[in-house]
Amino acid sequence: MPHDHDHDHEHGHGHDHDHEFSELSDVALRVRALETVLAEKGLIDPAALDVIVDTYETRVGPRNGARVVARAWSDSAFKARLLEDGAKAIAELDYGGRGGEHIAVVENTADTHNMVVCTLCSCYPWPVLGLPPVWYKSAPYRSRAVIDPRGVLADFGVTLPEETQIRVWDSTSEMRYLVLPARPEGTDGWSEERLAELVTRDSMIGVGLPLKPGASA
Amino acid sequence: MMGFGPVVAEMDEPVFHGGWEARVLANVIATQAIGWWSGDASRFARESLNPGYYLTHSYYEIWLAALENILRAQNLVADDEITAGHALREARKPERVFEAANVTSALRRGWPSERETNTSAQFSVGQKVRAKNMHPTTHTRLPRYARGRVGVVEAIRGCHVFPDANAHGRGPDPQWVYNVRFTARELWGPDADPRNSVTVDAFEPYLEPA
Repeated sequence: MPHDHDHDHEHGHGHDHDHEFSELSDVALRVRALETVLAEKGLIDPAALDVIVDTYETRVGPRNGARVVARAWSDSAFKARLLEDGAKAIAELDYGGRGGEHIAVVENTADTHNMVVCTLCSCYPWPVLGLPPVWYKSAPYRSRAVIDPRGVLADFGVTLPEETQIRVWDSTSEMRYLVLPARPEGTDGWSEERLAELVTRDSMIGVGLPLKPGASA
Repeated sequence: MMGFGPVVAEMDEPVFHGGWEARVLANVIATQAIGWWSGDASRFARESLNPGYYLTHSYYEIWLAALENILRAQNLVADDEITAGHALREARKPERVFEAANVTSALRRGWPSERETNTSAQFSVGQKVRAKNMHPTTHTRLPRYARGRVGVVEAIRGCHVFPDANAHGRGPDPQWVYNVRFTARELWGPDADPRNSVTVDAFEPYLEPA
């Protein structure tokens, strides 16, 4: 990946003369300049920006989705509501809002595997998965997921049985998608908290599978 | 477009690769929240960047370039101000700024796109539909690979703000949205896996009976 957060010069702690990463530094300086102009013109409140950043850095992320999945694995009535109206059921756990006002949940079964993409931009169910990873927004994923889903799964080290049908969901409207992976075997009697530990972000996008009991995240 | 190579996932990827990415995201959200332009307009600004630039710059560089273009077009920020790092002239004032005290509740509420309507859906679940062969130069959410292809309506998503109109300041113009499933063979030809399919959510004006 082109950007290494260790070399972010935004705050200029005496590293401004490190030309090796001058391009990144230029971008960071440009963003700071733009934000200053916007604030001076009364178009933004920098403190509001701090809250936005904190929200997506620390509060909204894939652990939310994992809790949703774990509840669906534990509570069949909740699962039925989740598949009926994803956003409404997810709101029961008090998740929702920007980037996930409308959410459909698609269930992996013995013969069907679901994979989510946004070929047009980067639509992703923010309230349950947080902000999308770089690869999800990248040209390789956006171009290949629809035409070669098995090849993409192979890039992630996932091989499905030949007879499994793959359904790809292209997020072209404000409807966002969350994959409900199959509950791993050997988890009878597990609590929701323990089950949630098995739910990976990638399994909720459909490019991965949940961890097996005994595997560590 | 093809030929971009394998999907490469970054191990232990941070949410932001440096503070500037976080600030770009936050500036985009906060300025959009003023209400002078829509998220659809922001998307159109990103996809309108020069393709060479789009394909060779990072996600948040794309967001930044598109935000700057919008701010220029809206006469809110000029290049000399970004160079100076300070406002050099007044800009029109918003009725409300996105304030820190309101951020959490606003993000939690979001900006739902579904709208009440007194129109009825033209297509029904199970019906065969064809995605129109259309190539607008303005914003659209109908992917190229589906254009001209026949699929089946699997669900009706409700009536939603129409990005094709909303991106260009023509108001919400709500339209019915259909979940349409295309077989992989319909899209990609006889070499495709006969079991596989791709599903898109298509606004009613994108579709015609098949």
